[in-house]
Amino acid sequence: MTSSPAAESDAAAASAAGPAVSDFRLANGLEVVVIPDHRTPVVTHMIWYRNGSADDPAGKSGIAHFLEHLMFKGTEAHPLGEFSNIVAELGGQENAFTSMDYTAYYQRVAREHLGTMMALEADRMTNLVLSDDIVDPERDVVLEERRMRVETDPGSQLGESIAAALFTHHPYGKPIIGWMHEIEGLGREDALAFYRRFYTPENAILVVAGDVDAEEVHRLADDTYGRIPARGEAPVRVRPQEPDSRASRLVSLADPKVEQPVLQRTWLVPSYATAAPGEAEALDVLLQVLGANATGRLHRRLVVESRNAVMAGGWYMGTALDRTRLLLYAVPRPGVALEALGREIDATVAHLVADGVEARELERAKTRLIADTVYARDSQSSLARIYGSTLTTGGTVESVSRWPDNIEAVTAEAVRDAARRWLDPRHCVTGYLIKDEAA
Amino acid sequence: MTVMNAPVARDASHASRIQRVVSPSGIEAWLVEDYTVPLIALEFSVRGGAAQDPPGKAGTAAMLAGLLDEGAGPYDSAAFHERLDEFAVELRFHADRDAVSGTLRTLIKHRGEAFDLLRLCLAEPRLDDEAIERVRAQVEAGVRHELNDPDAMVARTFAASAFPDHPYGRPVHGTLESLPLIMRDDLTAYRERVIARETLKIGVVGAIDAAALAVELDRVFGHLPAGATLEIVADVAPHGIGTRHVVDLDIPQSSIRFGAPGLARRDPDWIPGLIVNHVLGGGVFSARLFREVREKRGLAYSVYSHLAPYAHAALVSGGTSTKNERAAESLALIESEIRAMGASGPTEDELDKAKKYLIGSYALNFDTSTKIAGQLVRIQVDNLGIDYMDRRNGLVAAVTPDEAARVAARLFGDGRLLVAVVGRPTGL
Repeated sequence: MTSSPAAESDAAAASAAGPAVSDFRLANGLEVVVIPDHRTPVVTHMIWYRNGSADDPAGKSGIAHFLEHLMFKGTEAHPLGEFSNIVAELGGQENAFTSMDYTAYYQRVAREHLGTMMALEADRMTNLVLSDDIVDPERDVVLEERRMRVETDPGSQLGESIAAALFTHHPYGKPIIGWMHEIEGLGREDALAFYRRFYTPENAILVVAGDVDAEEVHRLADDTYGRIPARGEAPVRVRPQEPDSRASRLVSLADPKVEQPVLQRTWLVPSYATAAPGEAEALDVLLQVLGANATGRLHRRLVVESRNAVMAGGWYMGTALDRTRLLLYAVPRPGVALEALGREIDATVAHLVADGVEARELERAKTRLIADTVYARDSQSSLARIYGSTLTTGGTVESVSRWPDNIEAVTAEAVRDAARRWLDPRHCVTGYLIKDEAA
Repeated sequence: MTVMNAPVARDASHASRIQRVVSPSGIEAWLVEDYTVPLIALEFSVRGGAAQDPPGKAGTAAMLAGLLDEGAGPYDSAAFHERLDEFAVELRFHADRDAVSGTLRTLIKHRGEAFDLLRLCLAEPRLDDEAIERVRAQVEAGVRHELNDPDAMVARTFAASAFPDHPYGRPVHGTLESLPLIMRDDLTAYRERVIARETLKIGVVGAIDAAALAVELDRVFGHLPAGATLEIVADVAPHGIGTRHVVDLDIPQSSIRFGAPGLARRDPDWIPGLIVNHVLGGGVFSARLFREVREKRGLAYSVYSHLAPYAHAALVSGGTSTKNERAAESLALIESEIRAMGASGPTEDELDKAKKYLIGSYALNFDTSTKIAGQLVRIQVDNLGIDYMDRRNGLVAAVTPDEAARVAARLFGDGRLLVAVVGRPTGL
């Protein structure tokens, strides 16, 4: 019932470094990451593909996401429904998600069922069977998904418009789910063409987190994924790159349903994959300094001091293969003009560029960011996602483990430089969500 | 019974790891000690929630939950939040219909500071006027944001129809009419009345031993008043079963919510009900609603049902979203599936598969400290016993086909539903 203080500090010391993550490749090129967590006899099994909506061919927006849905439609060996039924009978949970740079499938099961999951997932990497009578209703499902997420929500519509304005050339400007009129035209052949191009061992990353060790995973992976013939090379992701922003743009969405206006400012910024060393880390720290909930400068200035906003903050999407976005937002008090809030955001950024950051707020920002990596270790699913999303966007296992040190190394000057270099008010896209009073 | 296999035996490890810790002053917490990750997660809950909001002042509990960490003791809001950041402490308070709860996560090296910050929130919240006005404005913005959101609208319409003249019919976060009426005195009175040791339940997981926790319990919670003064909330059966409420909104898709009387958490039929609901609309691809509405016909992305037990009412309810032109078809299909379930219950094969899923997946509720702490509190609130985690899978395994059919008939036998729809549905 009680553990001695000595035992406690030993255990803490042993775990302070985090889990011992293994990373290796099968003979066919499939990369494997194993993250041990022996607290509960459960594993998270994920297969990540290095393709997402930014790899949708022109005119076929939404195909990466549509294919993700269709991946649940069965193979010759395991026809429609069988995979899901097996997962459910084993008491497992499963799902999948599509992002701009990756698509991932996962199951969470008791540890003894890992081999079964790997066999089934390996099967559908190459043996998917699709017929029109299965594809057609699933397209309707995706159209309903889009109606639910976007067509009934003015805020989502503004988000799509801002992305389309910010990325004038790069496919990050297209919605992950696709444009309505293009989803309507997607068919079986489009899905299979995309599938054959990207669903290969060289393009996939297996991430297993939980009550397993690397040796066992290696053996199971050789028996399942390892039997898939190599294609020779990983597919190349060819994407037109976004040029520097030269103009400021205003995107305004008016809808009669809007009762609470919102202002957003979005900038084109480097991602971890495209940034100079330390620059993405500086942007992460900058976002903490500016946008942290309740302690960020935007909150202090707009919510507490001027009281023109009721909420203010932001986010930076550093985990991306190409140049990415950073967003600041503010929610006005009734009667406050969005233009005024925009000026206050600009002034907050300008003040940081002029005077830099204080030592204490720099330390707080770093402490918070680094603590998040310890908190993430409490969840095998979170860890699996961190490794999967990093490795599909140009990072490595080493870049995950090095990240806390890199954050620690960010200087006040680097944060100030990042703000000066990237948050230029002349180059941003401003979004207004407002009520359409005329309707 | 083929399902009595390894998972049941393995799960025995959960409860045997739970320690009942009682502090010198008599405060109880359930603890799962674990040193794998250098952190501690704590959750607590007291009975009350929005059901205890004063008449005409819906949103009081929610506002108080938003204010407890907005300045306490010597620290004003800014200083308090800076301290949370400095020590990387995660601290949140929350109000739902029946409870006010809080969650704390801290690295072990900041345990003292973290527990002290929680203590200050509970013992000496400042409730400064500036913070009250700021939080009120935030809650009001949230309410405005959801005024014409179809899912939020359909939830409000459903609750108001099911529970007229009852606290459960009022929005937890209040309304633009009720929020401005909430004064500092209301918040203080609510806090003194509700946040008390009498109904306090605590779950702790992580790198702390029983002796150390006992000391912290007295420090953090020992100052709370012993007794709560709760208004009596009437037990209530949902109204309007068999009626349909359509709210017009100019959107291309209709958001649909449906429900019928459900099962209280302590109802002896709870476990069979859990199985019946799982077969109907649980979170698996083989659930009947998922198969018929989504998979076969592509009528919706999301379709589900769940048991919703409140302290004073019980529902089985569900929802979906379908384009206006096919909303009537979707609803008719759901109604027919519900009638079929009421008439015959799950098939033996469905029952067997549902049991296997529910038994095998139980362990997935215990893979993070926060989830385990939440479960420890939930089991105490529901008064299920410290051995419940060991017993639960056996209860699922023991459900017979006759029992499942009987409970399906109890839940869905008359096939009547309360239905709320927001959108511009054709033919409803």
